[in-house]
Amino acid sequence: MPMISHKLPSKRVIQIVLLSLAIVTLMGAGDEDARFNQLGHKLMCVCGCNQVLLECNHVGCPLSDGMRGELVAAMSRPDSDDLVLQSFVQKYGPTVLIAPTTSGFNRVAWVMPYLALALGLTTVVLVVRAWRGSDGRGAGRVVGGGGVDGGPALDQFREQARKDTEL
Amino acid sequence: MSQIGSFALLLALALSAYSFLAGLFALARPGPGSDRLGETARRAGIAVFAVVFLAALVLVISAFQDDFSIAYIFHHSNRDLPIPYKFAVLWSGQEGSLLFWSLLLSAYGLVLRLRHKTDSRLFAHASVIIAAVQVFFLLLLNFAAHPFAVMQGTLPADGNGLNPLLQYPEMVIHPPMLYLGYVGFTVPFAFALGALAMRYPGEKWIHITRRWTMVTWGFLTCGVFLGAHWAYSVLGWGGYWGWDPVENASFMPWLTGTAFLHSVMMQEKRGMLKVWNVWLIFVTFMLSIFGTFLTRSGVVSSVHAFAQSSIGDWFVGFLAIILATCILFYVKNRSHLQSEHRLESLVSRESSFLFNNLLFVLFCFTVLWGTLFPILSEWVQGHKITVGPPFYNHVTIPVILLLLLLTAVGPLLAWRNTSLESLKRNFLWPAFGAALVGILMIVCGVRPWKDISYFYALMAAMLATLVTLTVISEFVRGGRVISRHTGQGLLASMAHLWRRNTRRYGGYIVHFGVAVVVTGILGTPFNREAEKEMGYGDHMTIGPYTLVCQSYTEEDNPNYSNQWAIINVFRGSRQITTMFPERRFYKASQQTQTIPQIHPTFKEDLFLVRDLYLVYEGVNPETGRPIIKAHLNPLVMWIWIGALVMIFGTITALVPNAVPARVTAPARIEPEPVAART
Repeated sequence: MPMISHKLPSKRVIQIVLLSLAIVTLMGAGDEDARFNQLGHKLMCVCGCNQVLLECNHVGCPLSDGMRGELVAAMSRPDSDDLVLQSFVQKYGPTVLIAPTTSGFNRVAWVMPYLALALGLTTVVLVVRAWRGSDGRGAGRVVGGGGVDGGPALDQFREQARKDTEL
Repeated sequence: MSQIGSFALLLALALSAYSFLAGLFALARPGPGSDRLGETARRAGIAVFAVVFLAALVLVISAFQDDFSIAYIFHHSNRDLPIPYKFAVLWSGQEGSLLFWSLLLSAYGLVLRLRHKTDSRLFAHASVIIAAVQVFFLLLLNFAAHPFAVMQGTLPADGNGLNPLLQYPEMVIHPPMLYLGYVGFTVPFAFALGALAMRYPGEKWIHITRRWTMVTWGFLTCGVFLGAHWAYSVLGWGGYWGWDPVENASFMPWLTGTAFLHSVMMQEKRGMLKVWNVWLIFVTFMLSIFGTFLTRSGVVSSVHAFAQSSIGDWFVGFLAIILATCILFYVKNRSHLQSEHRLESLVSRESSFLFNNLLFVLFCFTVLWGTLFPILSEWVQGHKITVGPPFYNHVTIPVILLLLLLTAVGPLLAWRNTSLESLKRNFLWPAFGAALVGILMIVCGVRPWKDISYFYALMAAMLATLVTLTVISEFVRGGRVISRHTGQGLLASMAHLWRRNTRRYGGYIVHFGVAVVVTGILGTPFNREAEKEMGYGDHMTIGPYTLVCQSYTEEDNPNYSNQWAIINVFRGSRQITTMFPERRFYKASQQTQTIPQIHPTFKEDLFLVRDLYLVYEGVNPETGRPIIKAHLNPLVMWIWIGALVMIFGTITALVPNAVPARVTAPARIEPEPVAART
């Protein structure tokens, strides 16, 4: 019994160490796969197919397999993700990145839609406030309605529109 | 044959030019004889259809006869091309597709000119504008992109064949639908410009063009979704929308056209937004032309684009002329476009349309910005950059969510003003349902705080539920009112309700379709993929499915040779299907194409239907075994179902209203729903 009790802990230790190593290795592999997947989705295939590198499915594509290999090789070096991507930019040019960077002039690409939204919203709010403010409490028909013929045909049309758009 | 085609195109140009000039002269110099001159212009416009149709017919017959003396037929057809694709030859290349544009425009012009008695003067204006657009396309066809150019030297024995990507059944339908949409916007544009030029009183031009616009919008919707389905079924990368410049080109006029369909109601009902509506349809038409320019100029790289050519300069010139004409008439007659009413409350149907339009136009601007930014970057930085899906997803998803919110809330708002009390009353149950769906998703494991894509998926699911429930509540509430009036059952009352106001309730069905489409899109963050080289009996697991390679083989026919694998799919121990991913080598064009296999898991997953999507990626040259890529894409099927619902809604909105039925039984009339009050 003492022998057994003496040997078991060492076996357990070895098992635990091996298990830990396996877990760490597998975790590392998972991380590498995730990193490959993440970086591969930030790059374009440059064969002209306009597809994400990892989604280029051209049979016999002259470039995507090689580029994937280069990505694996670049990831094996102790470089950051930015450096890996930068190495591709240097080799293939800036079109290899799938989206504009957030530096320099490229920042304009990201900012402009939000600027347009802000401008649009401001314009709408200003227009609404001007409309509401221009005739007291708001309502109503604009005096002099701009050359519009308010004849019976128009009234009939408005009535039809009302029927079409309401219950 | 080529001489007949060439002559037909020249004659069409002469007739179009006459229709334009004579029509313009008759309108500019009214007096004795101008009516007769105008009538000759109208008839010349009608004749254009017959002559352009003849030219298109000659091209199709040449494809069927394998007449490779015509360069276009040599480049886009071959002897062994299956018969349905011989028709597709007409729109598969630059010159043919321009001829197809011209044919559709002449067909629209024919219908318009035959219906001229509706309002002869307005129709005469529209006819002149359509003739001007027709002249541009016929000038292109005669002098820049001639479809009947003949081959020089020895005649080839066979043609280059149709692009393999186009040899798919949907490709026989998708381009015509898209073109019907693009070209169709010429009609409301022509009416809007004509009405502005002649200071046409009131909004009758909108009433006249409403059905045209809806039909056009329906075709464009159909074309866009068929394109997405084609990309999903043919390109083999497992997705359906890649924000490709040419996809964007079809999407932009759809966005502004959708905004127009909404904002036009403000002009019809309240005489508001007249300037906005006119410019919205001007811009929509210009975006249609711009889309055609993008595909043909080579300014942006795209899998769809035709070869680079100088034809882009023609389009730039034409766009400049259109813009100048629109500005000219706007500046001259802008006093005619003053609003008759102004907004009374921020909580009203009008304001919801204002914000809806803002978001649609912003969406369009963002897509345009992303499409053109590479060119801008080249000007400023000296090099192009790529603007791909991450950019569009980042900037457009919040806009889509806001649009969904407005889609849900808008129908609950009344014109002019809505009390917060009634809004709360109508909004309570749909909001409760949406919140319930959100909680259920979190309980089922969606963690919105872990990843922004999960957050978007959760929000999209909640808002899609909100839209669906508000649509249902509108039908039920209206149905109850009818039911009380007529004594019919609720379902019959709801059908009755739709028949009384097809436009409104057809629109709600379209909204429901949008919610279903969004449900399909929100599955994207949960996509999975796996890839493996698979020999006989090899296994691959993806999600709950196990794929077993039963066999792999190859075949040969006159059009292509192919390699394919036989993959048995198991869920647990039960075999659910067998799939045949394939790749083909087309002999005439010397191009290879993958043919993905898609199995929607209706039986296994019910509403959460997933697409098992297999791609035959190629063969490992060392082992000779196929490499199979598998995608498991949840909910994608709902996108196509939602598109069908949208098309159905559009069709139902086009049905004329029935005369309101008489009340057969006395009933106590309850207060009308808030959205029904004016």
